[in-house]
Amino acid sequence: MTTITKKPVDPTAHLSAADVEAIGVRLDAIRQEVLDARGESDARYIRRLVKTQRNLELGSRAVLLGSALPPLWLLGTVGLSVAKILENMEIGHNVMHGQWDWMRDPKIHSTTWEWDNASTAEGWKHSHNQIHHTYTNIVGKDNDLGYGIMRVDEEQKWIPFYLLQPLWNFVNACFFEYGIAAYDLELGKNLSIPKEKRSETFKANAKKTLAKIRKQATKDYVVNPALALPFGAALPTLAANFTANLVRNVWSHSVIMCGHFPEGVETFEKKSIPDDETRGQWYVRQMLGSANISGSRFMHLMTGNLSHQIEHHLFPDLPSNRYAEVAPQVKALFDEYGLNYHSAPLPAQVYSAWHKVVRLSLPNDWLATTTPKNLPQQLKVLWAMSTKGPRVRRAAQARLTQQRRRLAQAA
Amino acid sequence: MTSVAVTRGAVPTGTLRRTVADRLRQVADAALTPLDLDDVLDHVHPLRRGGSDLVGRVVSVTPETEQSATILIKPGRGWSGHVPGQYLRVGVDVDGVRLWRTYSLTHGPRADRCISITVKAIDGGVVSNHLVHRTRPGTMLQLAQADGDFVLPDPLPAKLLLVTAGSGITPVIGMLRNLFSRAEIPDLDIVLIHSALAQAEVIFGAEIRDYAARGLIRLEELHTDTHGLLDVDTLTERVPDLAERPTYACGPAGLLDALEVHHEARGLTLHTERFRPVVLAEAGEGGTVTFSDGSTLEADGATPLLDVAEGAGRLMPSGCRMGICMGCVLPMTDGAVRDLRNGALTVAVPGETGRGGVPIQTCISAAAGDCHLDH
Repeated sequence: MTTITKKPVDPTAHLSAADVEAIGVRLDAIRQEVLDARGESDARYIRRLVKTQRNLELGSRAVLLGSALPPLWLLGTVGLSVAKILENMEIGHNVMHGQWDWMRDPKIHSTTWEWDNASTAEGWKHSHNQIHHTYTNIVGKDNDLGYGIMRVDEEQKWIPFYLLQPLWNFVNACFFEYGIAAYDLELGKNLSIPKEKRSETFKANAKKTLAKIRKQATKDYVVNPALALPFGAALPTLAANFTANLVRNVWSHSVIMCGHFPEGVETFEKKSIPDDETRGQWYVRQMLGSANISGSRFMHLMTGNLSHQIEHHLFPDLPSNRYAEVAPQVKALFDEYGLNYHSAPLPAQVYSAWHKVVRLSLPNDWLATTTPKNLPQQLKVLWAMSTKGPRVRRAAQARLTQQRRRLAQAA
Repeated sequence: MTSVAVTRGAVPTGTLRRTVADRLRQVADAALTPLDLDDVLDHVHPLRRGGSDLVGRVVSVTPETEQSATILIKPGRGWSGHVPGQYLRVGVDVDGVRLWRTYSLTHGPRADRCISITVKAIDGGVVSNHLVHRTRPGTMLQLAQADGDFVLPDPLPAKLLLVTAGSGITPVIGMLRNLFSRAEIPDLDIVLIHSALAQAEVIFGAEIRDYAARGLIRLEELHTDTHGLLDVDTLTERVPDLAERPTYACGPAGLLDALEVHHEARGLTLHTERFRPVVLAEAGEGGTVTFSDGSTLEADGATPLLDVAEGAGRLMPSGCRMGICMGCVLPMTDGAVRDLRNGALTVAVPGETGRGGVPIQTCISAAAGDCHLDH
């Protein structure tokens, strides 16, 4: 992947400025249609979902009291995992987006909601709603692109450190909630500042996050296991809670990777975004910078409707239960203007995203020029690029690029 | 047992029970974080004592006239009672949006602990039409505690004049019902002058006529279609001993304003209850409203800031919505607002008006230029 402006063929080249603005007007109209229709049935949907989720969580925790018996452990763990996923994705993420603020119910409102996650609602809302949704897929501005530790684009210079990025990505998936908390705090950047020079805001936020993590951990790893102690199920309950958190983390990481990371999703150069980006231009950037997951209604629910990532990025404040309804209209608009509506089933998108992580962990064109036959030779090149200085790296890189070009010409 | 325990120097059982309950609650909260026990119990038993919000369940909806209905509500255990004549704020979900309105309580305290409001569906009234025509038993309503000082004094005066018009009868019927449902009906001389559009429009018509027939009150029932509007200058003819009667009046602003002038000129005692703020001021230019979190809203010069902010999905403190209870007050640190009742401007200048800003009532204040609210 290359930022859109450096691609040989810009996928938006055929759009005139008037087209872009027309797209904006059409999308605004779709949004207004939903705003006009939004009402009692939507309110019923979210209230019922919140209630169902809470019942499922409490029920699962009750079942886990008997988790000394393996079938009950399995049942409770599955239930708790699903409950945590629903709480984070379809409920928490969307409530904190303000999708339900129009109901004016203080109990389901972006300003009052707190979620079952290591990061605080406050911190997450800032980094997610303000940074990620505004600067979607702008390399260097949108930290969601790689969460600051990964190489997500060919244009980012390769260094040997990135060889480990598939491992980082896996670790990040398993402990995703802590990854997000760290990212909300801009922990990497802040920790590199000498302790006495760190901002007061950072210190205050770090304190809040630590308090949140402590409360979350106390719940899952102390109080609930302790409650199961009289039933001889303290350890199984602890294991179940750990598993449910792990499942939730890996699942939400996968869904989020699918949203912006699969091959074919565009990224943007910071300097290519005009300061006075119009609503139409912003819409087009959101259209090209997101990917959908196709699947069943249950799958959509479990992804918090982030399977409709394109619709979500176009209309982040519309109630999530309406994305499925507007998706066909949005897709028709993509088709009409010859834009790529990126949608594929979950396994395909997960594979694609992971493939990209692996490809970019290696020097540009290394994977493309490697065949089973030349593997030993390629590994030697990689070894040299990883262990020797920048000059060797540059030379080897030039050779790889040349090889790749020849391959392309031959084909 | 308690006294024995105390003499031994142990904690009294009441305190002990409370300590245990507090501890259990702490454990429950720790097991449920980021929720707490109340969040969970609210789903199971929203009407319990100590619920996080005061709510009520609609028991019945009884039509009074074609356009009005009495809604009987079982309030949560946290309801702390009321005095007849008081009002309460009701939060109703209409098309999924929670809207708050104020209604008079139309019963005195009842044996079954239920409370009632009587609502007249007004033209274009989103909430009133919803309550009268589309609310079914079982619906949950958000409630606030009763409020208001439109109540009969204690001890009761020997003579009273009640002047009501339209749905202005609602706080007064609460007073009358409370008086006349007592085992021993107090010996009072009450005159009720009630004006309504037409005979069929008289809310509680049968009931007040029955009180009159039983000699509990003297009733003058006027119908605008045949008698015209109540002319306050005829009061002295209708009620010769007017001066001996403290007057309680509730109805449209025009009637209340006229009564105020009339009574003030004669030095008579008058208590009024207004349902809607008097909007007098010429609307002016609006402006941009900014909030502490950096968000902004465009407000015109004729709409209360409370309505503008709520319309944009913001949570705002609110109360009576007519400029009385101060439940909606927020500090304005910069800018100007216009009081929609009298057009008075309130201006806040940073550095001049104190660090905390000027408290303004958002329910009756419209933007008069850009302003900043600390909220």
